[in-house]
Amino acid sequence: MNLLTTVISICYYVFIAYVAILMIINLIRSRKWEQELLYVIVLLPFLLRLFRLK
Amino acid sequence: MLLRKLIISAFGLTVLILGGHSFYSHRHLKEAVVLGPGVTDVVKLGDYFDGIAGSINDCNLYILDSGNPGATILILGGSHPEEPASRLAAWLFVENGLMTEGRMIVALSANRSASTVTRLSGAYPSDFTILTKWGGRKFRMGDRWSSPLDQWPDPEVYIHSPSGQELAYVDIRNFNRCWPGRANGTITERACFAFMEMIRKEKVDLVIDLHEAELQYPVISTIVAHERGEELATFVSMMLPDMEGFNMGMEFSPKALHGLSHREIGDFSDAVSLLFEAPEPFLDATRGRTTREQLLTGIDEFVVKAGKAGLLFEKIDEKGWHIDVRIGRHTSAILQTMESWTEIMPDRPLSCEGVPRYAEVIENSTGHYLHNPATSSKVLYE
Repeated sequence: MNLLTTVISICYYVFIAYVAILMIINLIRSRKWEQELLYVIVLLPFLLRLFRLK
Repeated sequence: MLLRKLIISAFGLTVLILGGHSFYSHRHLKEAVVLGPGVTDVVKLGDYFDGIAGSINDCNLYILDSGNPGATILILGGSHPEEPASRLAAWLFVENGLMTEGRMIVALSANRSASTVTRLSGAYPSDFTILTKWGGRKFRMGDRWSSPLDQWPDPEVYIHSPSGQELAYVDIRNFNRCWPGRANGTITERACFAFMEMIRKEKVDLVIDLHEAELQYPVISTIVAHERGEELATFVSMMLPDMEGFNMGMEFSPKALHGLSHREIGDFSDAVSLLFEAPEPFLDATRGRTTREQLLTGIDEFVVKAGKAGLLFEKIDEKGWHIDVRIGRHTSAILQTMESWTEIMPDRPLSCEGVPRYAEVIENSTGHYLHNPATSSKVLYE
């Protein structure tokens, strides 16, 4: 069970990193300030988790 | 447009740094423990089970050995670190206690992982300060469950081992739903298993697990006792009103409710297991603002209103339930339990001096009994 949860956790962090990168790319491509602000706000919990802060 | 993106990104980075710093500081806040005159040794939980050694739940165990014959008592503080009086009552024993008969083992952070996080989305304060004559001592406010940073993911349903009983999914991170633990389980289960190993190896006779409960919860202001501790708990419950000036009921540990310390420690070791509950309005769902002040004073107008509506299982008025009152209840209940134990089993006595009782904690405040780490030579950190 521990091995399984470890594998799931690693997949989860990889997934978070992938989504975070997608949002950063979208932030760079975006042309509306409202969307840019939204991307930044949505990105925060992903980064907090990725850096193991929360 | 590039400048706008940079400004918005800088805003996000600022929020990330401020928030991240707050979370990091909470998780890594060092709580000082000034070793009192009675502490003869400090060991790690991992000394009893390799599976927990070096992990976040490898907590300190403070040993107060009188050197005289007697029983061994284990005090568990911090099973649920969102119940601060349970940790602070144990703290007073470590900083002030001197065993004169028997031996005491104290855990201040039984589930250390849970002490590094607060309830998610609960807007809890991350810490609180107990004022003293020389300043203040800051403590982490914790959670009921281990941090998801240390144990994740949760299952759909938590199947308790070894009973096979189905419990709420989140309780797989609840230290007081994981007893007697599993050697190859989650970090919370392994912590419980390590404590069971310690209880068996040290031949602990009596375990007291300290808790606090919301006033809307029926198991409150009471001792929950394993069947082998019923006589002792009844004795203590009878003595407390006359000797200490407050009431504490006594309840039987349900045989079919698994994972709790009062059930499993008694079933899987020779120790008598008791669980103490004190009232904590901070935990009530009907509370108002969840602030440090509310945590310490236990004053909440909305919980009082709930009481007037007959929704509570414990009394409350405008004076609230101050943390000194809650800590004093625990210290007195422990001391009274040791005295009652000694009366029942005089060949295996337990006796402790130096720890303030209920009336003393209320009169002098908890801070009076916390010593200054800056002027003490023997200081450890939780």
